[in-house]
Amino acid sequence: MLVIKNLKANVEGKEILKGINLEIKAGEVHAIMGPNGSGKSTLANVLAGNGGYEVTEGEIYFEGKDLVELAPEDRAREGVFLAFQYPIEIPGISNATFLKTALNEVRKYNGQPEATPKEFMELLREKSGVLGMDPQFISRSVNVGFSGGEKKRNEILQMLMLQPKLALLDETDSGLDIDALKIVSSGVNVFKNKDNAVLLVTHYQRLLNYIVPDFVHVLSKGRIIKSGGKELALELEEKGYDWIKNDELIEENV
Amino acid sequence: MGNDLLNMIELRDFNLPTTKNEDWKYTNVAPIMKYNYVLGTSLGNEDHLSSVLDEYFFQDFDYYKVVFINGIFAGKLSDLTGLESGIIVDSLSNFQKNNSELLSKHLNKYSAIDNGFNELNNSLSSDGLVVYVPKGKVVDKPIQVLYFNGDKTENVLSVPKNLIIAEENSQVSIIANYHGIKGKEYLTNVVTEVYAGKNSIVDLYKIQLEEENSFHIEKVQAYQESNSLFNHYNFTFGGSITRNDINTCLNDENIESHFYGLYLAHKNQHVDNHTFVDHAMPNCMSNELYKGILDGESRGVFNGKILVRRDAQKTNAYQSNKAVLLSKSAVIDTKPQLEIFADDVKCSHGAAVGQLDEDSEFYIKSRGIPQDIAKSMLIRAFAADVIEKIKIDELREQINHLVFEHLNRVEVKNN
Repeated sequence: MLVIKNLKANVEGKEILKGINLEIKAGEVHAIMGPNGSGKSTLANVLAGNGGYEVTEGEIYFEGKDLVELAPEDRAREGVFLAFQYPIEIPGISNATFLKTALNEVRKYNGQPEATPKEFMELLREKSGVLGMDPQFISRSVNVGFSGGEKKRNEILQMLMLQPKLALLDETDSGLDIDALKIVSSGVNVFKNKDNAVLLVTHYQRLLNYIVPDFVHVLSKGRIIKSGGKELALELEEKGYDWIKNDELIEENV
Repeated sequence: MGNDLLNMIELRDFNLPTTKNEDWKYTNVAPIMKYNYVLGTSLGNEDHLSSVLDEYFFQDFDYYKVVFINGIFAGKLSDLTGLESGIIVDSLSNFQKNNSELLSKHLNKYSAIDNGFNELNNSLSSDGLVVYVPKGKVVDKPIQVLYFNGDKTENVLSVPKNLIIAEENSQVSIIANYHGIKGKEYLTNVVTEVYAGKNSIVDLYKIQLEEENSFHIEKVQAYQESNSLFNHYNFTFGGSITRNDINTCLNDENIESHFYGLYLAHKNQHVDNHTFVDHAMPNCMSNELYKGILDGESRGVFNGKILVRRDAQKTNAYQSNKAVLLSKSAVIDTKPQLEIFADDVKCSHGAAVGQLDEDSEFYIKSRGIPQDIAKSMLIRAFAADVIEKIKIDELREQINHLVFEHLNRVEVKNN
């Protein structure tokens, strides 16, 4: 589904990603972990096509298509979804308008008919039910006056409505209490199936108790320095990132 | 309209302000003076206009209907059926005949002649809107006033003089809706006086949708008694040069005033808003929120003056003005002006100018929404906090529609 080769990217002229290699197949859940400033969020933003990040080298192929060449809206329509670390507030635009516009744009691009108002409402009722959201939220402006937890929940709702092939979750666990974390995780677990994939970007192991990854990668200074199964996350939790960094130093010194 | 030479106005006879005048520094009125104007007069037979003008009214809510053609009251086109007795909505000339005592008590009592445009209005105006709401009365529906200006063959000058009198414990909502005819350049030069008596509530909406080759000048001067509330909502879409002076004098205690403004400009439009809140007495509150959306080669000017006089202790005065520039050539000049002579006050002002936020645009696009709709959503978002202040529900979405129509951008609606 996703193939990243030697990806290098700059933010404001500074190189943050220094050669990422990663492959994600359908049905897989990957977690990218790493200390602050390691480039985790940069990777998620580069994949979604944030204009503030410049790809300087390497390749990103999504379902065989060169992602770097695609505008962010086209990436979304192809099936890439980024759940933001800091979701944006859009006063004056209701959640209903926002979701309906997004859903129909994605459908149009993929040659599907637009959702009728009835279809849309049924879909919305089903998906917001999974996340235990008050149906009243639909007439409120996007994220305006939402608590941190509500905003993250709204990101997951958008994901469930759009049904992307690849979901990138950027620090979706940050700022969530345990109850909100459980709800958000259950949304992701409802979403994942053998045809789609999830990339979790997180600082903490906590989220991985609820969304169990198939692969864990450790990002440090713009490179993946270690990959493993879910047990790697537990090891990181126990020993901290320094353990790997020391490991890495040893490897480099050899 | 006949070309009556006696009606030809020589603007040079009036001492119109120049850019040397500090209050007109950014607004050059020379383009207005390029034309010779005839004074708007009654059309005589206006019946045929009735169906034509209907489309200019904001719809989907009940209102009392008033029409002015080139500044002159068009009684036959107006509909005040059902207005409670005692409340008067009429032309200035009729009011003068029937209620001269009341008129002389209020007319020209609040607005001083500050510049040549006021003088022009004062010496030439023969008509305008009068709304009189006696003590304790509430006008049950908004009064929607269409000012329809201009002419196909003549440069017309319209000089309506409006007077709103809301006595003690009364309440009224007025929508002043300015439109014009596609034709020759024209000048609309208005003076509006508002008297808000004790404990009264006056909502005054102004929606300026004049033609692109027109000039529009208005001065609003409010005078508020104790415990009164005056809300002014100012939406500018049309006109080649627009200048609004919105002033209120808070001359007793516990008065509240709100000034909301949204102005849009594109091409070569020039929009200048000057506001002045005069806090003369203690325990009053004023709040101002102005936003501008500027595209093309347009230019915006905002000057917000707040004066807190020595006696005006415990004043709360807030002002915020923001502008978003949609093009590289658009310009905004903004100046907050706080003069505070009392020591126990809370005053704040903020100004911000910028482009549409790129992070927000990325967020919207990352959901599959194309760039043009993403920008429209951000435009709506920017204007939202002003538009949300409109108390008439049905008017809100119609104003939003005008925002996109005027900027020639894809419309985003909530449904």
